[in-house]
Order: sequence, then C-alpha cells, then structure tokens
Amino acid sequence: MSVRTLPLLFLNLGGEMLYILDQRLRAQNIPGDKARKVLHDIISTMFNRKFMEELFKPQELYSKKALRTVYDRLAHASIMRLNQASMDKLYDLMTMAFKHQVLLCPRPKDVLLVTFNHLDAIKGFIQDSPAILHQVEEIFRQLTEVKCFFLLCLWQTYGGLSAGEFQLIRQTLLTFFQDLHIRVSLFLKDKVQNSNGRFVLPVSGPVPWGTEVPGLIRMFDSKGKEVKKVEFKHGGNYVTAPKEGSFELYGDRVLKLGTNMYSVNRPVETHMSGASKNLAPRTQENIAPNPLAKEELNFLARLMGGMEIKKPSGPEPGFRLNLFTTDEEEEQAALTRPEELSYEVINIQATQDQQRNEELARIMGELEVTDQPRQSASKGDDLLAMMDGL
Amino acid sequence: MFRRERSIPLRGSAAALCNNLSVLQLPSRNLTHFGVVHGPSAQLVSAAPEGVPLAQRQLHAKEGAGVSPPLITQVHWCVLPFRVLLVLTSHRGIQMYESDGSVMVYWHALDSGDASPVQAVFARGIAASGHFICVGTWSGQILVFDIPAKGPNIVLSEELAGHQTPVTDIATEPAQGQDYVADMVTADDSGLLCVWRSGPEFKLLTRIPGFGVPCPSVQLWHGTVAAGYGDGQVRLYEASTGTLHVQISAHARAICALDLAPEAGKLLSAAEDTFVHIWKLSRSPESGYTEVEHCHGECVPDTQVCGARFCDPSGSSFAVTGYDLAEILRFSSV
Repeated sequence: MSVRTLPLLFLNLGGEMLYILDQRLRAQNIPGDKARKVLHDIISTMFNRKFMEELFKPQELYSKKALRTVYDRLAHASIMRLNQASMDKLYDLMTMAFKHQVLLCPRPKDVLLVTFNHLDAIKGFIQDSPAILHQVEEIFRQLTEVKCFFLLCLWQTYGGLSAGEFQLIRQTLLTFFQDLHIRVSLFLKDKVQNSNGRFVLPVSGPVPWGTEVPGLIRMFDSKGKEVKKVEFKHGGNYVTAPKEGSFELYGDRVLKLGTNMYSVNRPVETHMSGASKNLAPRTQENIAPNPLAKEELNFLARLMGGMEIKKPSGPEPGFRLNLFTTDEEEEQAALTRPEELSYEVINIQATQDQQRNEELARIMGELEVTDQPRQSASKGDDLLAMMDGL
Repeated sequence: MFRRERSIPLRGSAAALCNNLSVLQLPSRNLTHFGVVHGPSAQLVSAAPEGVPLAQRQLHAKEGAGVSPPLITQVHWCVLPFRVLLVLTSHRGIQMYESDGSVMVYWHALDSGDASPVQAVFARGIAASGHFICVGTWSGQILVFDIPAKGPNIVLSEELAGHQTPVTDIATEPAQGQDYVADMVTADDSGLLCVWRSGPEFKLLTRIPGFGVPCPSVQLWHGTVAAGYGDGQVRLYEASTGTLHVQISAHARAICALDLAPEAGKLLSAAEDTFVHIWKLSRSPESGYTEVEHCHGECVPDTQVCGARFCDPSGSSFAVTGYDLAEILRFSSV
C-alpha cells in the first residue's frame, strides 16, 4: 500500500477532532478563554515541527488502535480531560467522518482539497481569538511558521503525485476504514448514512473535474473522424462540473467535504452497530492479546517523541469534557460498548519489551514545553515571504 | 431485463481494489468458483447454479518483514491448455495454487531492489496466454512464467519491458491465426497500453498512449482492445494499429472492472459510481469499424463496485463485488 498516506490521515482526523471538540466545548458552556486555550494547545501540538518531520517520513499505516493512542495523547495536550467513553465516541465520530469524505471524493486527488478544507478551518480557530493580544500574536506567529513548514511538507510529498499514485493512497485509506459501520445520528438525520451504517453514494450532481457526463458513445473511422454518435441512458442524473477546486494556499476549494458540519449546535450521538453481521471479523485485530506489535511501539515512540505536550501551567485548573449529553449517558455508553468495537487503550506498562517500555515512559512522562520562540536561520527568509501572505 | 439473484455470502468484505472478482466457470461440474480479495486474505467460494454456496477457502499472502501482514492485490484463475492455476499477487510476491486453492505450487518473491523508499512494491495484473502466465509489477515489468502441463516446475522465462509505471491489468485472447496477430494487452497507472504477440519470446507490437488517467482494467476481443479509465471512459482501439474506434462516456467515476462474454461479444463495465453497464460489440459489415451498442445498465445502490464478471460465456448472468460488502451480488437476465 502507499507509504505516503499517514500525513493525510493524521491531519484530516485531527481536523475532525477539532470540529467536534469545538462543538462540545460550546455545548458544555466552557468559558471562552479556556475553550480557546484547549484548541490552541492541540493545534500547536499537531503542528509541532519535530512531530511533523516524523509524520511525513514514508511509512506504512498502522492499526486503528495505534493511531487512537496518538489522538488520546493529543486530546490531552491541554487542560481538558476526557473519560474513555467520551474518547471512544470522539474517535468513532472522527473516523466515520473522514471515511465518508474519502468515499465521496470525486477524484482520488480531491482528498487534498478535503485536507485544505480542514487546514483552512484550523486557521479560523486561531484567528478568531480576542483580547490578550501579545499572547495571541506570539501563538499566531509560531503557528504560522510551523504551518508554513507543514504546507511545504505537504507540497513536497503530494505536489508531484500522479493520478495513479493518488488512487493508491485512496485505496490505502479505504483499507484502513474497511468494515467500520458506526451509525452517527447527524449522518442519519442528513440522509448521508443509511440505517445499516452504510454511506449513501449519490448518483446525481456534478461529475468530477475532467470527467464527462456519462451518456454518449462516439465512433470514429481509421482517420480519427467521428462517424457516428449515439446517446444512451446512463441511469444517473449528472451535470458538468462547474469549476475545479483550488490547490493553492488560498482559494475556493469548491468541494464541501472536510468543512465543519458541526457548526449548527446539534447533539451528536453514535449508535454502536451491534449487528455482528455488519462487522466482518478482521482476524489481525482480534487475535493478539497485546495489541501492539514491536514495530508499532517504535512508531508511537518516535511520533510522540516529536509531540511536545504542555504541562498545565500555574493556576489554570483542568476540566472534563463530556461527549455525551449527561454523565449518566457517558457511563451507560462505557458499559454497553460492543466488544468488537473496543479500542483497548494501550497499557504501556503491560508491554514485554522492557527497554521500549522505559523509553516510552520517559517520552510520555517528562516532556517539557519549550518557550523560546523559534528562530530559523536561512529557511527563515523563505518562510517570512510565505508568512507575509498569511 | 436482469433481476437480482440470491447473493453469495463472504466471510470478509471485499477490499477497495480494482478487478476484485475472479470467476471460474465449470459448467461440466455445474459449479462456479468465485475469488475475492479481502485484504491480507482472499476468499474462494464455490457455488451451485442457484447461488447456494458449497465450499469456502481462505488464502493468505505469504508473510514477510513489515508492520502488518502483506496485502493481496489480486486473485485470478488462469485457464491454460492442460490445467487451471489460481494466481494470487501481493505486496510480497506471486503465489500460484492448484485451481481449488488447496496446494501452493509456486512462489515468486518480488525483487524490490530498485524501489525508492516512497514507492510501493507489489505485483498486480494476471493473465494466461497459451502455456504462459503473465503477471505485472509495480515497476511496470511484466513477468512471464512458463507453466508445465503438470507439476511445480514453473520457470520465470521472460521479463518484459514496456511500462514505466505500475501495471494495473493484463488481458489475453487465444491467437486467432492470421486474422488477429496481437493476443495480449497490458495496461498501467499512466493509462499506457502495450499490445503484444505471445510466443517463446513475446514481442511488443504497439503502444497506445494514455492521457493522464490510470487504466485500471482492460480486455481484448477479436483484435479489439477495450480499456476502462479512471475518468469513467471506456475506449475501444484496433489492437494492431492502436487506432481509436470508439469512445464511451460510460461512467461518472473511475472504472474498476471490465469483463467479456466472448461468445456474444458482450462487454461489461463497472465503476465506483455504483453502476454496471453491458455493451454489445460488433463490426459494421460495410465499414469494418467496431461499433458499440448499450444493452443494459444496473445500479447497485450505495455500493462502490470493485469487481464484476460475467458468469457464463453468453453474458446472460453476471456477479458484482463492492467495497465493504461481505457478499457477492448476482444478476441474471429474464
């Protein structure tokens, strides 16, 4: 499978996570400055330079369990806490949302447009900060710089890829999401998902950019002259694509996939698709009692080594976010989660590999926040030029 | 015109690959074999004519170094003059089995020597040509294996150069003597088609350039190449010259499978837009040019189709697989 898939998977899932957290922070009436701090802390952790360098290295995708551990860490990058049931629900919503976006992308390379939609929205989360100006400016400057680095990485990795390589990336992503049929009430309400958990694939609307509306058979002679033209009934109801989405730093993406669908304040519930016939057993995930293979532990150690988690500083008290409407609902969800959907949060202490265990413990326990502003030397000139545009 | 027949259940859902269904018709035994790739495993099912499943078997890609088990890219039955072999291609290599999948008779590990770290290494594209089995690779090379009438003494006899990007599909037809010289066509991720003549040494006859989209699936019928593309087009070319004869705006999404019912000259196209279309190919008696007529369109609701095959030589029935679907859908004409 494609070894260029992880950055796309990570950023888009991270983007969905921010949308959901933003909605829940509002729904739970968390004070504005605390809410913004949480989002800022998560965003700066996501775009940490060392972390991104690790992320963009060519590598295979890891299991859903391993990736879930990274998001668990990311969600706890600030003063916010989540119980396991809420973390499970958050991850379910994130994965189903991105699965839907990948499935509905008109062309394989449109997953980049989805990524840009998430990135554009993340910019919005920082920009609408108020009051404490110097703090905001500093965060903005740091974030701008690392986001430039991220965009550079994005272009270097994906800028020159062919349609065939994007098709392989798409197939790799779909393999990651295979057999996931969790029903999301927002999707069910919007008729985006059927009651059996499968997404609706519309057969109307604009065709992908570069594709012709189906329905025409053209026949040519040996000199290339068209000699006959026949129409046939395709069965769908398609129209020409109005224009192509922009792959530039700024632009009209045209595609709506990857934009924030939670902006209307609606409660989001998931229904565990308990009907086992929908969950074809994936032998690899169910067998191992210790869920992580050695290689996955290496990956986590490297990736999280690059994550710089801020410790809660000073008098800022933490708070718990609930993804459900009430605490009772959250408890109930924890009790009734079907076995096959358990993510089994990694118990690092239980691993056999003593050396790896110690290294991970060190990384996860003792990360310090670096306060000095980033000063790049020669790269700074190029970045400054890009920053002026932001 | 077609109605849904009873589906055949699968133990694992079908993976989002192209050409993800192989069918072996055994009319003498009143049986049909189906092969579908799930991911790290492939599933073989035998069914009676009414679709009642009789036997199941799972095959796995041979293990290798790496984080997760290697993924299978394709499973396909190769009908040779004296035997039938089942070929399985993966990210590690090529496995060949007796037709029921019971015994592996040959293993070829892929050489990833030249690959850069960002390149995926795999084999993909399988077809039988006479007593040869041809398999495509990530580098664009076509490996030609010489298959004995029985036994495991399979030998890699040739490596064909013609493609620069990963091979997607290979199609062959029996050499028709003097009428149609070309008997094999190979396709790749750039949309390039190479037309070959088989023999002790394969000869490249024509190249038909792509136009920026992959060609995931290809068929060959009476000297005509039928190619399905990532932009939903089906194109028919004269194999020996590469001349374009027919261009069909057939689908609204990437085509994932093409199949032929050679007795009837019927072509089946399936795509990610949830549609399966059946076309009738013919040659105009006056001009001699290839003509195409649309016969039937079938929508498989909310299913990203990933494989489709006719189930009989006259094209009166076909089977379909879809991403995330743990069953093989069957249709037959009324």
